[in-house]
Amino acid sequence: MAKVVSMPKLGFDMAEGTLVRWVISEDEPVEKGAVLAEIETDKATIEVESSFSGVVRRHMIEEGTTIPVGEAIAIIGEKEEQIDFESLVGSEKAGEEEKVDLGKGEAVKEATPEQAGPEKPEVVGVEAVAEAGQLPEGVRASPLAHRMAEERGINLLKVSGSGPRGRIIKADIEAYQEAKPAVVEGLPMGMPVMVSEPQLDRQIPLSRLRATIGRRMTASTQNVPHIFVTHVYDMAAVMELRKQINAMLPEGEKTSVNDYIVKAVALALREHPSLNASLDEKEGEILQHGQINVGVAVATDNGLLTVVSHDCDRKPLRLISAELKLMAGRVRQGKVRPEDIEGSTFTVSNLGMFGVEHFTAIINPPEAAILAVGAVREVAVVVEGEIKPGLRMSTTLSVDHRVSDGADGAQFLQTLAKYLEEPLRLMI
Amino acid sequence: MARITMREAISQALWEEMERDERVFIMGEEVGVWGGTYAVTKGFYDHFGEKRVRDTPISEAVIVGSAIGAALTGLRPVAELMTINFAFVAMDHIVNEAAKLHYMFGGQFRLPLVIRAPGGGGRQLAATHSQTPDVIFAHFPGLKVVSPGTPADAKGMLKSAIRSDDPILFIENATLYQLRGEVPDGEYTTPLGKSRVHRPGRDVTIVTYSKMVDLSTKAAEQLSKDGIEAEIIDLRSLRPLDMEPVIESFKKTNRAVLVEEGWLSYGVGAEVAARIYEQALDYVDAPIKRVAQKEVPLPYNRNLEQMALPQVEDIVKAVKEVL
Repeated sequence: MAKVVSMPKLGFDMAEGTLVRWVISEDEPVEKGAVLAEIETDKATIEVESSFSGVVRRHMIEEGTTIPVGEAIAIIGEKEEQIDFESLVGSEKAGEEEKVDLGKGEAVKEATPEQAGPEKPEVVGVEAVAEAGQLPEGVRASPLAHRMAEERGINLLKVSGSGPRGRIIKADIEAYQEAKPAVVEGLPMGMPVMVSEPQLDRQIPLSRLRATIGRRMTASTQNVPHIFVTHVYDMAAVMELRKQINAMLPEGEKTSVNDYIVKAVALALREHPSLNASLDEKEGEILQHGQINVGVAVATDNGLLTVVSHDCDRKPLRLISAELKLMAGRVRQGKVRPEDIEGSTFTVSNLGMFGVEHFTAIINPPEAAILAVGAVREVAVVVEGEIKPGLRMSTTLSVDHRVSDGADGAQFLQTLAKYLEEPLRLMI
Repeated sequence: MARITMREAISQALWEEMERDERVFIMGEEVGVWGGTYAVTKGFYDHFGEKRVRDTPISEAVIVGSAIGAALTGLRPVAELMTINFAFVAMDHIVNEAAKLHYMFGGQFRLPLVIRAPGGGGRQLAATHSQTPDVIFAHFPGLKVVSPGTPADAKGMLKSAIRSDDPILFIENATLYQLRGEVPDGEYTTPLGKSRVHRPGRDVTIVTYSKMVDLSTKAAEQLSKDGIEAEIIDLRSLRPLDMEPVIESFKKTNRAVLVEEGWLSYGVGAEVAARIYEQALDYVDAPIKRVAQKEVPLPYNRNLEQMALPQVEDIVKAVKEVL
């Protein structure tokens, strides 16, 4: 019998998803567990596995469509089966509605303005993008402007429109001049002229990830009072230990400096539970998490994602290293899984690989702190009155002042020093 | 040039054509002894006599039907309907006979028939007596539908209509009978089926006809104070519809506001807009806007009636929206 595959809920706060790509076409067979489609959520692109075996009889939505969780995306049935698609999807929907009714009390409670509010711009954005894609040559321009631009060899993408909704009109074409390099007036004659092609403005629609980062980070900067505490570590011992360990490991399994930092952070958090915590404003309490799940920020072309090493304090370094490597790889391929990016209680953001000496990070709510890690640098240090070469790394801890204080942060960084400067402690 | 009312202009046209051609005669309710509901035919009965100025029963079907018969036999009747709202009871005669006899009999007959009918709202005559159903009649091939906006056009067009061998519905906006305007001295006719530039301008094309020519002119004067010069095209004829001056103007201004007194849907503006998009898409710089009557049966209450009818301010606003 034909079955409906619905938009899955891939994370507790997922309300809708965008079907990015169909992996299995209509009328193709599919096995239970095989990847059916790719779906983009606020956080990542995720592969959706088929819950049934059979033949994909119909795609209910096209690629690029965004629909709420629970709505039908495909129908899987037998090859020759007669299927009444409408009533099949309708009956699924009716079921959904019933469920919503049963949970009414809670649903109402959840729909606070703050939660409903930020979703709206995203939807508008999606529509705007879809519309832009349908406009002739991708720009909103009057037919006259189109013709004039063609006659004059003007690329409409370079012209800004002054008409309603930014429509390019006749006056804009007439006023348009090829962008000349802006040069201060009054220069003496004979100055060399810039010859390179001008770079064009590009309008890039906000990806869901970009929009989510923006929303969350704005909320954090506006609502969370940050304190910043900086500490510089002697990294000579870690670097030496890492050299020895990596010499023993096969290619592809070598450890990174960050792995040591993550492990050290996890152990230090055990001693400072006040920083492995979340503020619950509603209940008026601070929740100190039992688990220590360290998130590691991973940069992608589309934005930042945090992969999570769960129970990090209880895992050996090599396991943490392998996990992080695997998950970061999945993030970069856009194939991250929901569990890879959920549940972090503390985040490490490391820009050391870019040669950054020092920076500060924005706390990732509802966490209480984040550690911004700079590069390990060879610097001149003074040891007992003498200048000697040394390896130093600067870190800055951002602490939510509602949850903890600067002194706590400073003490945590001191504890971290114990682990980083005597890294054998990470092994025992 | 004499400055006369549209009532006088129409009256002059009828008088001159009756003097000119004895086959021309008038028939309608109260056109004779009473001198016409709107006093257009005052004095005609005494001068031309009851044979050529015929009072009829209160039956529009009789008026139009017998006028068609008279036209088929070689006379040139000018049938007057008291208002265009009564044309509906003569609908079969107008659309199935007047509009089609020439065609149905393979061209054996001509139908030199003019049906004059006052129309339009704004006089608190309530929903059934205030309509502007011009487009309904313009829908039928075979019938010419014209409606002047100035006394000069009213006189010249009516003379042409009476001399034409085709059936013509000549719609007069009743509120225009008092409108004064310059009318050329002496004998002249105005060609039917030709639009004209009523007011030259450069920024926007207002396409309109009949009473709305006057309102559009007032709107253009207001706009002129803001430095906006609207070009007004008076269509004068809905069928045939002469788009040439419209397209020519639109190619210059690239923007248009279409103004009519009738309802918006399926209206003159809709037809003109479609033709502009068909014939001058490459010149469109902004969506074309229509100004028309609100889609309600016209209210009796004066304030509500005025709210439902297009006003000068509506035209000014629409022009500013397309600029």
